[in-house]
Amino acid sequence: MKIVVCIKQVPDTEAEVKWDLPKGTLKREGMDSITNPFDEFALEEALLTKEKYNAEIVALTMGPDKAVDVLRNALALGVDQVCHVNDPAIAGSDTLATSYVLAKAIEKLGGVDLVLCGKQATDGNTGIVSGELATRLGFSQLTFVGKIEEIDAANKKIKVQRGIEGGNEVVEGKLPAVVSVLKGINEPRLPNLMGIRKAAKVQIPALNCDAIGAAKDKVGVEGSHGKVVELTTPPPRSAGEMLKGELDEVTNALVDKLLDLKVIK
Amino acid sequence: MADEYKDVWVYIEHKDGATTPMSYELLGAGKMLADTLGSKVCALVIGENTEEIAKNAGHYGAAAVYAVEGASFKTFRPDAFAKAAASLVNKFKPDILLCRSTTQGQDLSAALAAQLEVGMGSDAINLQIDAGSKAMKLTRAAFGGNFLATYMNTRSKPQMATVRPKVFPMPQLDAAKNAEVIKESFSIAEDDIRTKVLQFAQSETAVNLIEADIIVSGGRGVGGSEGFSVVKALADALGGAMGASRAAVDSGWIPYEHQVGQTGKTVKPKIYIACGISGAIQHLAGMRTSDCIVAINKDAEAPIFKIASFGVVGDYKQVVPKLIEQFKQKLNK
Repeated sequence: MKIVVCIKQVPDTEAEVKWDLPKGTLKREGMDSITNPFDEFALEEALLTKEKYNAEIVALTMGPDKAVDVLRNALALGVDQVCHVNDPAIAGSDTLATSYVLAKAIEKLGGVDLVLCGKQATDGNTGIVSGELATRLGFSQLTFVGKIEEIDAANKKIKVQRGIEGGNEVVEGKLPAVVSVLKGINEPRLPNLMGIRKAAKVQIPALNCDAIGAAKDKVGVEGSHGKVVELTTPPPRSAGEMLKGELDEVTNALVDKLLDLKVIK
Repeated sequence: MADEYKDVWVYIEHKDGATTPMSYELLGAGKMLADTLGSKVCALVIGENTEEIAKNAGHYGAAAVYAVEGASFKTFRPDAFAKAAASLVNKFKPDILLCRSTTQGQDLSAALAAQLEVGMGSDAINLQIDAGSKAMKLTRAAFGGNFLATYMNTRSKPQMATVRPKVFPMPQLDAAKNAEVIKESFSIAEDDIRTKVLQFAQSETAVNLIEADIIVSGGRGVGGSEGFSVVKALADALGGAMGASRAAVDSGWIPYEHQVGQTGKTVKPKIYIACGISGAIQHLAGMRTSDCIVAINKDAEAPIFKIASFGVVGDYKQVVPKLIEQFKQKLNK
């Protein structure tokens, strides 16, 4: 079985974020970066699947030179192969262009049975790319997966539990499939020292658009249909009222105030 | 862009044919956009039986309903629904298409946007029409709610968006209003649908944070899984759902499905009660747009108090049982 795990480098959730307007894209230079926290669960799920079923794992990312860090981390964790799509033309891709680039890279890798993704990235927060990717590839679209119950590679089937509103849905899909996983599906391992040392020595070539057969006019800012036209900080929310006094008085006042809202029945 | 594209379409989601009033909520936002554009708001319904849903969509303000029926559409499956939706979109050419940013809405939009090769904006918290270009301006939170980005797609149609539940007011239900129903046939062979829903198990705790009007959440300050029984008791007394901070989830006190915040769910209840939650920026990102925020925390310096509508400095173990007692008393329960 061949598994591709898509990972994205994102700004550290604590980092200060800068934007390039009017282009409406993120300034990624000089910012602390991490592997998208949701993708860590996808990576771990790939490793667990490999342990259970015997598989080959390719970690795939698209991004500038620096994005190689997330692939090195994946190598240290034990993926077999990495694929770095790096081309100045892909900068500023929206979800439509991103899913196009990833689909092209996956088609180029060939023979892929399972694509694992995190539920969303913590920078763009769209949660859309995995579904677009499944559609572009013609793979089963299995999103919000909290558990992979079974993979039957011989019969090209996968059974998963999806965490949807109000409960769990058990879905069977045909392989190949794109599966986006929820936080909590597993507990991501940390790389060990030996893994880190080994990963540091690996040469990671960058593939450009030509190498994966991606048309330049379908990637990057040019290939994106949406554009950020305005960026603001959310209106500040100011502090309300601190309720002071004896416990009874305070809770009494709070209960009255909340009942006044006519929401609690 | 040719102006053959017109009207605002709203996808009406259902679960195996069943809807709730919330399924129709975007007909309100859709009407607002359509009125600005001088066009109509229409519903898109795909299901095994669509009559009841189409009728309700009319009552909630849809001027027309486009419906596709078939046994293949009993349960939601993204590829089948997206193909059906795409055939209607290609035929009738809506200007704008909205879905809720629920799991179903996100799934359908992603599949449909990729199939139509159009851009889409995810989880909008505001929608407007740009006065000059007549394009839809969509505002969404990025970077854990630290930024609001306004997005426009002036290159392709329909302009697609998923919209965060509960940010727009519910449309008025008026049983006298009815929509024109346009039934289109679209069939897909079972073998061409890649997934099959085998079963649905309602969650024991039936967490539906996204739809809840009242949420009571616990954080590191509740001290352990036992603490969550106190939190739950208040949630139950108020008919609300139970949430949690990342710290509590990562400590294993409560399952992930309860997590509110940047790596959990984004919620917008009418009342959000935070017990023992200090208010890390990642948590605030997930709940700061709640209508009324109540903070209960021992630490008077906790950042959550800076955004709370009402703050109580105190131990949740004393405050919460008192609240339950007084709510029950005043509600005559």
